[in-house]
Order: sequence, then C-alpha cells, then structure tokens
Amino acid sequence: MAIVELHHLKKYFATQKAVDDISFSIEKGSIFGLLGPNGAGKTTLIRMITGIFFPDEGEIIFNGRKFHPLDDIINIGYMPEERGLYKKMKIGEQALYLAQLKGLSRTDAMAKIKEWFTKLEMQSWWNKKVEDLSKGMSQKLQFVTTVLHEPKLIILDEPFSGLDPVNTNIIKDEIYKLSKKGTTIIFSTHRMEQVEEICDHIVLVNKGKKILDGSVKQVKQDFKENLFSIGFEQEPSLDGHAAFEVIAKKDQSFVVKIKDGYKPTDVLKYFIQRNADVLAFNEILPSLNDIFIKLVEGTAVSRQFLREESIGQNADTH
Amino acid sequence: MSKISIIIKREYLTRVRRRAFIVSTFLFPIFILLFIVGSVLITVKSKEVSKIAVPNDNFFKFSLKSDSSSVIFQVDSTVNQSNFDEKGYTGFLKPARDTIFIVSRKQIDLESMDHVEHQLSKAYENSLLEERGIKKKVLDSVTKVSENAFEVKNRLVNATGAEKEANTGLAYGIGFGSGILIYITMLIFGAMVMRGVMEEKMNRIAEVMVSSVRPFQLMMGKIVGIAAVGLTQFLMWIVLIIILFSALQLFVSPETMHHIQDVQHNPAVSQNATVAANLMNAKAKLVAGAPWGIIIPCFFFYFLGGYLFYAALFASVGSVVNEDPQEAQSLMLPITMPIIFSFLILSTTISHPNSPLSFWGSMIPFSSPIVMMGRLSYGVPEGVPWWQLFLSMALLVAGFIFTTWFAGKIYRTGILLYGKRVTWKEMIKWLRRSS
Repeated sequence: MAIVELHHLKKYFATQKAVDDISFSIEKGSIFGLLGPNGAGKTTLIRMITGIFFPDEGEIIFNGRKFHPLDDIINIGYMPEERGLYKKMKIGEQALYLAQLKGLSRTDAMAKIKEWFTKLEMQSWWNKKVEDLSKGMSQKLQFVTTVLHEPKLIILDEPFSGLDPVNTNIIKDEIYKLSKKGTTIIFSTHRMEQVEEICDHIVLVNKGKKILDGSVKQVKQDFKENLFSIGFEQEPSLDGHAAFEVIAKKDQSFVVKIKDGYKPTDVLKYFIQRNADVLAFNEILPSLNDIFIKLVEGTAVSRQFLREESIGQNADTH
Repeated sequence: MSKISIIIKREYLTRVRRRAFIVSTFLFPIFILLFIVGSVLITVKSKEVSKIAVPNDNFFKFSLKSDSSSVIFQVDSTVNQSNFDEKGYTGFLKPARDTIFIVSRKQIDLESMDHVEHQLSKAYENSLLEERGIKKKVLDSVTKVSENAFEVKNRLVNATGAEKEANTGLAYGIGFGSGILIYITMLIFGAMVMRGVMEEKMNRIAEVMVSSVRPFQLMMGKIVGIAAVGLTQFLMWIVLIIILFSALQLFVSPETMHHIQDVQHNPAVSQNATVAANLMNAKAKLVAGAPWGIIIPCFFFYFLGGYLFYAALFASVGSVVNEDPQEAQSLMLPITMPIIFSFLILSTTISHPNSPLSFWGSMIPFSSPIVMMGRLSYGVPEGVPWWQLFLSMALLVAGFIFTTWFAGKIYRTGILLYGKRVTWKEMIKWLRRSS
C-alpha cells in the first residue's frame, strides 16, 4: 500500500515550471530515492509533500486520504537541505521546542529526547549551546529532531552532506532501523552512490518533469548495455568473433559488449574453444550515476551538475 | 498548548533571559536617576561662595544685604589691591564714576556678577525710597497685593456648557513624552522583530520551522512574543522608577531637599537643577492636571496598535533580506520614513491639536499612534472629538490587520528564499499570488 501518492502535481513560479505534472507513489515502509540535479524541482516537490507549498494543480494522497497539512504534519518528519538551529539555544531546550511544535506533550518529548540522546551518545550535550557544536554534531541533533516524534514518513534532503564517514554510518544505521520498523523514508539527493546502496525505489526528476521511475534493480536492468568483464590467466589472442566486440582491455581482462541476438554463453564458448583460461566472468551493470548522466546529458542543469556543485543554492525553489 | 503559544513562549523567554535585556531593564531607570541626581548635585556642589569686601566709603552708605549663599558682602575699610586675598576675600568693590568694579584675582562667574549688580541696585533703590520718604514696608505690601491680584488661565467650554480648566503646558509635555515613547518603541521593537526573522532565515531554521507550523503562526508568534517583552520592560521601568524615586526621597538629606526647593524658587539658577527639582515635585501636579483616565488606556492601545501595524512590516523586510545587512537598511527605509515623519507631525500637533494636519495625521494608521498621543493629552473632546478618536482606533485596527496580511504573504515566500536579492516590485508580485 502506498503511503504517498502524487497525482499530476504542478507548481509554477513566475520564471519557471518548478514541478510540471509529476505523478508517482511511494510504498509504505520503503526507502525511496528522489533524485535530480540542482534546480530539478526536488525541493519544490518535497515542500508540497510537507505542506509548505500548495500545489497549483494535482493532488496528494497521504495514507489513503487527501493530504491535509495541518493534520498530517505530525506524521511527517522533514530535514530540509537548508537546515539550521537556533544558535543561542541550548541543545536540550531546542530539541524540546521542536518536538513540542510537532505536537508532542512536554513529558513525551522529554522521554523521547532522552532515549535518542542515549542512543546516539549525546547525553552530555544537553546544556551546550548550538553555536558550540561542530557541523557533524549539529547534523546529528537535526536528525534526532526530525525523527523524534516517530513520524510515519521521514523526508531527508541531502542528509549526509558535510558528515564524516563515521557519523554517516551511524545515521545510515538508524535509517535502516527505522525502515525495518515500518517507517517510510524519502531520500532526496544528487549523490547517486548513496542512493544505490540504500534505496529500494527511485524517481529521477529533471527540469520539473519525472524522467525515470522504478526499483533500483529494474532501472539497472533497463539501462544495461550488455557489458561483461572477462578475466583471463593469460590474455588470449583475438581473431574473428561474431558474438561480441571488445570495448576495453586492461590487466588480462576484457570488457566486452555482447551483440544483439547472442547470449553470454556464446562469448564463453568462443574463449573456451580457444583454450583461454577464464578466471572471472561477470555482468557490468550501469551505475545510477551513469544512468543519471545519460538521461540528463546535454541540458544546462546537467552540465552544472557534472561540475559537482554539491551544496547548491536552492535555485529550484523559485 | 497550541503551537503559537509555544512559539510566543520561546520568543519571550529567550529574550527576557538575555543579559542585554536584564541590563537595559535595570540600568535605564538607574541611568535616569543618576542623571537627575547628578545634575542636582553638580549644581549644588559647584556653588562657590564669593566673599566680597565693601570699602566703608561714602559711595556705599546704603547697606548691602548678603541674602544669597553664593555672595557674601562684608564691610572692611582696610582692604586694598595688595592685601584682599590675604584677608580671605574673593574680591572687593571699587567704584569708578558710573561703573563699579569687582577687583579680584580669579574671574568672577556671571551668576555672581548678576547677583552683585542686583543687590547693588536693590540697596540703592531702598536708600532712594527712604530719602524720598517712602517706606519700603509700604511699597513691598503694595507690590505683593498687585502681583497676586490676577492670574490668567484658559477655560474650555464644551457643548453642554460645562467648563474646565486647560493645562496647556502639561498637555504639551505629556503629548510629547508619550509620542516619543511610542516612536522609540516602535523603532526598537520593530527592529527587534526584523532581526529575529533575519536570524531565523540566516540560521536556516526557517524551513525546519515551517514544516511544523504555518509561516503565519511563526511570524505572529514572534511579533506577539516581542510585544510581551516590550510590555514587560515598560512595566519594569515604571515600577523601578517609582521605587528608586521613593528611595531617593528617603535617603537624600533634608538640606539637599531644602536646597532643591530653594533652587525652584530662584529663577536665576541653572536650568538643569530646575528641571530636576520640577521632576522631584512633579507628582502632585501631574496627578491632578491631566486626563489620565483617557491617556493611559489610549497610550497602551496606540502603543500596541502601532507596534502591530509596523512589526509585521518589519518582519516581512527581515524575511527577504539575505546575508547583507546593507540590504536590510535600504529595505527598511520605506518603513522607518513614515515613523520619522509622524514624529515631525507630532511636533506641530502638540501646539495645534485641531489643525487639519493633526486631524489627518491622527487618522492615517501610518502616523496615528504617534500623532494621536499629541491630541489626546489635551483631553477628549478638547483635543480630539470622540468620533475622531474611535474612527482613528478603528482605522488602526483595520490597518494592522491589513499589514499583517500583507506581510504574511511576503514573509511566507521570503523566508524560504535564499541567495537572491528581492526588490519591492517582486514582493508586490508575491501578494497577487494565490495561496
């Protein structure tokens, strides 16, 4: 069952079509990747799902009913890309304040904060001020305040930007744990390698339009180019071969592309007939990064994206 | 607890707990007190007593009186240019035709010079009167009667024929004082709202917040929270000033108080001391002379109304500012201009409460909070008719509902907008956009 369904969502701003007729649905309990270059419309899309913006057209179904921001907000935890904290406030008070604004009572909030602080080893932070925290530490705090009220849907916009590997793994583990408990997680990012290992399902948006929608496995299958890598004991000599062409050679291994109408076994047969010692044979699936670049190639935003503009200004908002 | 009250609570508590708030709340009344006491003490202490020797020659056959603490005359025929300071005199009098010199080593201050001149002519007048057979006693009693025979006062009459005394001076003071207070607080607390919004935007907490609460709740929570901070500070000031002044009256020695009273009756003494002394004894006069029953509630109404009218505008400016404080300055200008302008109107209103300028100034919500205080101090209906007061109040309420709506729209968009310079033209565009 889907926790969120978007039907033909549109949001136009004066200068651009930020979201132009996007529909998809997110399964309950899944980890969902929302991908796209900067300025693709990801943030606008998320702001509509979190009730910050109203869509110009289309509708959002949340948990089987029409999305009603004021009532459903308690079920959503959102960690925006542009995130911060009140610098002069103490950590504990800050967490308490944000939890209360989500609708938790003071005592409930207190108990949950204690629980999370213990879990992430933050107990000693309570009376510290936010301005004394490192970036990684405040990101941890932001994560805690996002998930504290046990929302059914958690939306994380570039959650790992600026985090070191140790803290990234801590947060990642917690995300897995939440997902196992049945929480749905939306991941918005342009860092493909992160999505690949975490997400079950992805949607790729570019220039306000959806250009890809599927499970990670399926997408990779759809975009595979029949590439295989073959490792040899000794590099064999090649003569006429109808089944494949060699794309690259490297350290006694070939990357081959199997031609239409042939199967991987045809390639193996060819080498075995020539008495070549095959050590390894595996399929090369395209990385999401490759697919992504292939799909958005040529557009101005993709060129910008390829320059690895990581923490972009929210140009996609307006 | 509703979300808006959680926000109000945080906005209020974080500000009230701040060291700057506590310091300014306690230091302001102490500063005022020190200023007043200091200026009194300086005038009291800086009094130098000049001892002037009067040669016992024919010219000074009339007697000079030493009726002030600042100049003492003493008849001494042995003084001359070389020995007067050895004998302990500040100077001595030396007549030369129609001028009388005070010969001294150090310069004699203007006040003492005036005093000596006054005493000389007084003594001379007395001796002349006596020569011509007029008793000074008789003259004094005649002057006393004639001086106190008439008093000019303005009496106001209303439609029903009831009469009442006008107190122009007091009205002037109250109008000006309350107008200034509203002017200052609108600027200070308005800027505080703006800074708070800017802080939220720059710390990037705004988007986190608006995923939990409506932008409008966030804005109103801040505005109301800061209004509560302002009212707290006002009340603290009033209480502290009353306490300090009561304490002062207990601790100040009777001589000083006596001197202050002296000073009050002596117009020649410097302005500061008179102001201070007036303040010390002003209580009784104030309580009696002004329509406080109308002024106080109206003051709080116009303070809150004016604050709400402008605070929302300040919030919207804060929401569109990016990192650059210069930008805030230029965007603030269209908001601070009408505030400053209303203050200028006030300065004519307090002299002419019923002029057309005062009328329009007290009707238009941009200036009414300040200008109306100038008219109200003359009382209702002398300074302002009832219908005008109610119309102005209604317009102000309508005004702040409008500015809050207007600002809410700009705020909602501005607070989530980063890295872009926003012009007034663009903001107007946002207004037209549907929600």
